[in-house]
Amino acid sequence: MLFSLLIAPAAAEAALPPSNPGTPPMSDSPWSLLPAASANAEALDTLYIFFWILCGIAFVGMIGVQAYFMWKYKKPAHGHAKTSPLTHNGKLEFIWSAIPTFFFVILFAWGEIEYMKQATPPADAMDVRVTGQKWSWTIEYPEVKGCSLTNDLYVPVGKPMRLTMTSVDVIHSFYLPAFRLKKDVVPGRYTVLWFEATKPGLYPLMCTEYCGDEHSSMVGRVHVVAAEEYDAVLAKACELKQGDAESAEDFGARVVTRGGCASCHTTDGTVKTGPSFKGLFGKSETLADGTTITVDENYIRESILEPNAKIVSGFSPQMPSFAGRFDDKQIAALIAYIKAQK
Amino acid sequence: MSTAVQSQDPHPAVEPSYLVSKRGLMSWLVTVDHKRLGLMYLASVMFFFLIAGILAIALRTELFTPDQDFMSAQTYNQVFTLHGAIMVFLFIIPSVPAALGNFFLPLMLGAKDVAFPRLNLLSFYVYSVAAVFLIVAILTSGLDTGWTFYTPYSTSTGTAVITATAGVFIAGFSSILTGLNFVVTVHKMRAPGMNWNRMPLFVWAIYSTAVIQVLATPVLAITLLLLIIERSLGIGIFDPAMGGDPVLFQHFFWFYSHPAVYIMILPGFGIISEIITVHSRKHIFGYKAIALSSVAIAVISFVVWGHHLFVSGQSELAGVLFSFLTFAVGVPTAIKVFSWVATLYGGSIQYNTACWYGMAFLWTFTVGGLTGLPLSTLAIDVHLHDTYFVVAHFHYVMVGGTVVAFIGGLHHWWPKMTGRMFNETAGKWGCLLVFIGFNVTFMTQFFLGHQGMPRRYYAYLPEYQVMHQVSTIGSYILAVGLLWTLIYLMHSLWKGEKAPSNPWGAVTLEWQTQSPPIEHNFHETPHIHGSPYDFPEIDKSAGALHH
Repeated sequence: MLFSLLIAPAAAEAALPPSNPGTPPMSDSPWSLLPAASANAEALDTLYIFFWILCGIAFVGMIGVQAYFMWKYKKPAHGHAKTSPLTHNGKLEFIWSAIPTFFFVILFAWGEIEYMKQATPPADAMDVRVTGQKWSWTIEYPEVKGCSLTNDLYVPVGKPMRLTMTSVDVIHSFYLPAFRLKKDVVPGRYTVLWFEATKPGLYPLMCTEYCGDEHSSMVGRVHVVAAEEYDAVLAKACELKQGDAESAEDFGARVVTRGGCASCHTTDGTVKTGPSFKGLFGKSETLADGTTITVDENYIRESILEPNAKIVSGFSPQMPSFAGRFDDKQIAALIAYIKAQK
Repeated sequence: MSTAVQSQDPHPAVEPSYLVSKRGLMSWLVTVDHKRLGLMYLASVMFFFLIAGILAIALRTELFTPDQDFMSAQTYNQVFTLHGAIMVFLFIIPSVPAALGNFFLPLMLGAKDVAFPRLNLLSFYVYSVAAVFLIVAILTSGLDTGWTFYTPYSTSTGTAVITATAGVFIAGFSSILTGLNFVVTVHKMRAPGMNWNRMPLFVWAIYSTAVIQVLATPVLAITLLLLIIERSLGIGIFDPAMGGDPVLFQHFFWFYSHPAVYIMILPGFGIISEIITVHSRKHIFGYKAIALSSVAIAVISFVVWGHHLFVSGQSELAGVLFSFLTFAVGVPTAIKVFSWVATLYGGSIQYNTACWYGMAFLWTFTVGGLTGLPLSTLAIDVHLHDTYFVVAHFHYVMVGGTVVAFIGGLHHWWPKMTGRMFNETAGKWGCLLVFIGFNVTFMTQFFLGHQGMPRRYYAYLPEYQVMHQVSTIGSYILAVGLLWTLIYLMHSLWKGEKAPSNPWGAVTLEWQTQSPPIEHNFHETPHIHGSPYDFPEIDKSAGALHH
């Protein structure tokens, strides 16, 4: 664990194997799991520290007085001491009502000011579309034609970005801990989130609204890169073509990553929401209606484009269709990849 | 001792206690005695506390490592849902009001029973039917929506949502009927001389709670009914696929469920007021402030529900207003805590088990209250919302507040309810284990949440592992403490010393009759002449410090 905390973000990114999205390291500091990677995060941390100091003083003060009274007014060994006839004290009660009220107003106002900044995206912000679904994030860049990523958000340093988000099924929540930001992603409407990253690195993106079986697997990555590298990095990330020297199987592995397939399908035989890819190809399966099918090229292709057409008994219709997301070459590579998982 | 005209044990054991005045199973099943019903509720809520507690230990054990261990994702989701739903609807909401409230409200008022004893019996059976529904839901296809039933997930999932929500709907009626009964009882059944300023603070707390129960629970009933209609008839209300609005459900749900948080904690406040005064031999500090702050909390609690929706996409203006109103609840809450600490001043504090729980409550509830502040602060809540910080905060309020107060009250009133004394040394060990286990479990979760650990994950990033493991070990200590408490309390029923009528020297009326009380509570109607906190140890000759 410490190792993953200590490695530099860039090295961590390079180390991510393409077929296994893995989890990004939370921080490059061993002292805090949580870097502050946006202007908003730094402002928030100041407010958070103010809260801790305030509450620390209040807590220690109150428990200190309690502990002192508990020690000072302990019952004597035999019988009871005479006790104070005190029943109330208007002045004291006014003071201890007024002081918390005063600090509550400060906390409220400070929180309100920062919240309103979070609520108003600047006019020159770059647009990104986010779609939540069970159980992955689809991230689309309008500027790059046909670019649709899964669970990977690329962000340049120093440029405001506005995410327009919606969901195709249930409510999800888009959470970027390193930016201290979160917004629910609701079906049937758009919600908006904006930020300006300040620190290059790789940060986690998580779903924080319970959305079913693989809620815990709706974890993605935010890649914050230098502004001058951004266009090249994004273009490379968006490209999904088989390389000249790349085998169909290796290309298929990249397609699996792009599709976010690992949320539900493992390669080690563990059955999650969908069947494991391990030993899947060529298997005979029984459908819910009792008919038997063999998992071949046609069945896999159909399951990608029309996932709910033939559900194997024991599974539920949860998979979204990838029609229009993957072309024939990509699907062929994906089948080659599944074939190789023996 | 100006409160009651009766001296202790005026007719010692001439009449059998409520436990033995009638015999046989039927005498319990159709009883209209508030004390027997209180005990029946107590046994039921303890049973569900045990079940939901075992589920919690299973969850914590699964979270010992980052990967999936012994529960599948589906199992984990069902287990956390059942833990929440059973704890909230079958344990915490009825715990103090229906169990201890039923038993002690009429006794503290000097009444023979509640205003409507038969309605009280009905409430118990309505609650039992609700429990059966929830158990059926568990045994058929489970429930995986979380205890909040958020749409459209709850509209679309294949689990037993209709059975479970029907159970919660029915449990709501039990809550409404009990609340109604208590409101009328407090208004009409007070003993002669007990004006509103002479009511024990536990009665004030139960009264405020009952008002919320009567006013808020119907909204939950309507909401769940709409959800059942949507699921069974396909009429779009909350599901956007059918033209509904999923956020509307959240507004409806929290309009009940936020006041419900105060249904859970206000009775605990009442218990603490009783424990601290009796065991420090002091008049409560700021009687009116504590009584009226209960009422203020009850009123304000109705207009803070939107703080559950700060990141839901509700308008910024709504967010700002709800944030402000949420801070407003903090003021009467702070007043209560300060008043309890001030009550200790100049006292003669006897450290028995009930008092230990009272002292533990001041610690745990203060942490719970203070950590509500960052969650009320809009910008900070955006980061902490739906993380373990929230989990830790509400467990500090619900367990550190309500459950600690409930166990404290159980020890305080155990001699009165059962007629037996428990072993004080065993009690203090239990309290220590509960206190340490609880703090280790949930203090850790504040840090987990601030580091970004989301709620309701069965598998998590490996960076969080150490804190999760500390929390899990804490939960085992807490479980041992609670089981230990159960064991010595049960043991006292057989082997405990016989309890005197007033072992702590309290002044409130429940202690002015024998232990356990007779069926009709008092031999003659008590007359009240003064404050419920006028202890004989109070030094009347000392210069009055007030004013």
